[in-house]
Amino acid sequence: MILSGTMIAVLLAMGLTLLRALRGPTVFDRILAVNAFGTATVLFICVHGFLAGRPDFLDLALVYALMNFIGTIAVLKYLHHPDLGSADDAPAEAVQMLDGGPGSGGAP
Amino acid sequence: MSPVMVLVGVLLGFGSLFLVTGAVGLLRFPDVYTRLHAAGVGDTLGAGLILAGLLVIPTFGDHGWVVELAAGHGWHGAEHGVVTSFKLVSILFFMWVSGTTACHALAKSAHLAGVVPWRGVDGGTEE
Repeated sequence: MILSGTMIAVLLAMGLTLLRALRGPTVFDRILAVNAFGTATVLFICVHGFLAGRPDFLDLALVYALMNFIGTIAVLKYLHHPDLGSADDAPAEAVQMLDGGPGSGGAP
Repeated sequence: MSPVMVLVGVLLGFGSLFLVTGAVGLLRFPDVYTRLHAAGVGDTLGAGLILAGLLVIPTFGDHGWVVELAAGHGWHGAEHGVVTSFKLVSILFFMWVSGTTACHALAKSAHLAGVVPWRGVDGGTEE
């Protein structure tokens, strides 16, 4: 009964978070909401594993937690660098190409 | 009602409370930065208390409580207790580390992108 109540609370939190992800005015609101939704998903999988008497679901929860973090960081980096392979210490001509300089469009 | 069951109930209840509170704050706060604060409550306290409550079950629970919880769905009890506890502790540790790091990266990214913080009802960006 305790676990069922916890699961209802997690589902309620997931619904509210999803509403913010749909309504969010800026893209950072949506990223934050998706990150919080991923956290609630991890908790949902954990509670479901205990509720069903199968704690092997914790492996899935661990993988979801890892992928949630990596996905958030990847999207945040993609917002600032249009190329995911770029770095802050890239050569100057590469930065010019990213900014739409005279060399943009061609293969390096 | 055993003391272990009471402890599990208290931890899971407060964790659910903090998780729903964080979600409501995420929905109702006026700004990205204030919403980061609300989501941080749900990510650290809510997830931490819920995972701690789940951690009590295989670590300190007696065998009867565990079998009663599983209700005959094939829980093997004691031989899986240590492995389950280790998985829960690793999820808890990684969620705390990655949650704070993602929160910092999100705040820095929003600041670099020029999102202006909310200055109050009359002075700043309205929702």
